[in-house]
Amino acid sequence: MDLLIPEVGTLIWMLIAAGIVFFILVKWGFPMITGMVDKRNEYIDKSLIAARKANERLEGIQNECDALLKETRAEQARILKEATDRRDEIIADAELRAKESGERIISDAREQIRLEKEEALRSLRRQVAEISVEVAEKVVRKQLSSDEEQLSMIDRMIDDIKTGK
Amino acid sequence: MIAVLPVQAQTQESSAGDETVDVKGIIFSHLKDSYHWHIITIGDKEVSLHLPVMLYSKVSGWHFFMSDKLEGTGCYEGFRITGEGAHAGKLVEVLPDGTELKPLDLSLTKVALAVMINSLLLCLIVMLTARWYRHRDPTDPAPGGFVGLMEYVVAMIVDDVIKPSVGKEYKRYAPLLLTIFFFILLSNIMGLIPIFPAGANVTGNIAVTLFLALITFFTVNVFGNREYWKEILWPDVPVFLKAPIPLLPFIEIVGIFTKPFALTVRLFANITAGHAIILSLTCVIFITARMGPVIGAPMTVLSVFFMVFMNMLELLVAYIQAYVFTMLSAVFIGLSRPEHHAPENANANTKANANANANAKANVINNTLTT
Repeated sequence: MDLLIPEVGTLIWMLIAAGIVFFILVKWGFPMITGMVDKRNEYIDKSLIAARKANERLEGIQNECDALLKETRAEQARILKEATDRRDEIIADAELRAKESGERIISDAREQIRLEKEEALRSLRRQVAEISVEVAEKVVRKQLSSDEEQLSMIDRMIDDIKTGK
Repeated sequence: MIAVLPVQAQTQESSAGDETVDVKGIIFSHLKDSYHWHIITIGDKEVSLHLPVMLYSKVSGWHFFMSDKLEGTGCYEGFRITGEGAHAGKLVEVLPDGTELKPLDLSLTKVALAVMINSLLLCLIVMLTARWYRHRDPTDPAPGGFVGLMEYVVAMIVDDVIKPSVGKEYKRYAPLLLTIFFFILLSNIMGLIPIFPAGANVTGNIAVTLFLALITFFTVNVFGNREYWKEILWPDVPVFLKAPIPLLPFIEIVGIFTKPFALTVRLFANITAGHAIILSLTCVIFITARMGPVIGAPMTVLSVFFMVFMNMLELLVAYIQAYVFTMLSAVFIGLSRPEHHAPENANANTKANANANANAKANVINNTLTT
């Protein structure tokens, strides 16, 4: 029975010894530990969120990179195609010009030839006329004593011309 | 405790000669407080720590002396240690007319000294742990070793016991509840270690458990909010239960006092029972040794086997009782700070939950007790 009766003296000693220790621990001991645990938990949570955000950003950057690469590829293809087109165009153009220029040269040459031919014909005719005049002179200079003779002469000459032709 | 016991038993044996072993005396001498701290007996020489005795008597005033004066006769300066009655084992003043008078006993007894040692040790452990954090950042890696263990236990008690039981304001009460938990745990474990600075039956002393329960009692009733007092004095029940005869308020007011009483007795009874069982098993060795080697030898082996088992169990009980005391204190504190009545059902639910929790815990304790 005496085991169940709390002793006043023990209670008082308990109040002094445990009381002081309780005060110290409640005031400085455990708040330090729990505070640190809470702060660390907070920090871990924050870090996790930050890591997730960073991951998301990285993913975004990756996507951006992919998109950029795709775009660049498309651009490259477009430029190449353009270059090919342009080349073909230039070649076609050059061919056309060459053809035109060749034709023009040929036609010029033909014209020239025609002109020269005409010139030659003209000078030939002139010579013929000159010769005719000379012949006529000679004929005239010869004594045209008789009409008969003159006439026969003229006939002969005409024949000559005709045959000479 | 166990190491000391054989020695005590031998003392008993040598002094009692061929008489039977005084099992009851051995057990109660350990369970009860004493004016000196018996450490070891070498041969015939008892080594004890003598402690100061301080008494105040209404008749003869203050008395201070060391407990070695009480050796042998148990009498000094008109005081003597009584053998029976409500104050058995305590010093009483023998008045000239032969009646005994209990003085105000402020002696630094074995339990009081053990409380100081345990408190000092607890203070050292926790402050050294706290010191580790002083020059560190929350961004530093978590501690390892002993500090890590302490942090783990603290975090577990806060997250598993205090946070769900107290509710929103748990941060305010966490340091106090943690202190209670670690004090009980350390005292329980120290009670199981049989060598000198440990070995006193601290948490099996009802004054100690009463003090711890009173901390909870004052925390509950001093910081209880309006809602708490309203639920006690004018609860939400049909008027006839509280109007002419305050039936329910009366029950609730009784409940205020039964809660710390339950805490006091639960811890005291569990620890006392555990110690008593281990001591009894130890005594089995000395009882059966008298019956000759044929019975004595196997019984000794069996007894040692059971003692190891009981010590394991008591180690578990040491933790469970600290846990249960903290949990019930947390539940009582949680009940003393109910939220405002706006979410009527939610409130009722939390209360019901808390009660269910307490009941579940009580069942665990009953089971432990029966074991």
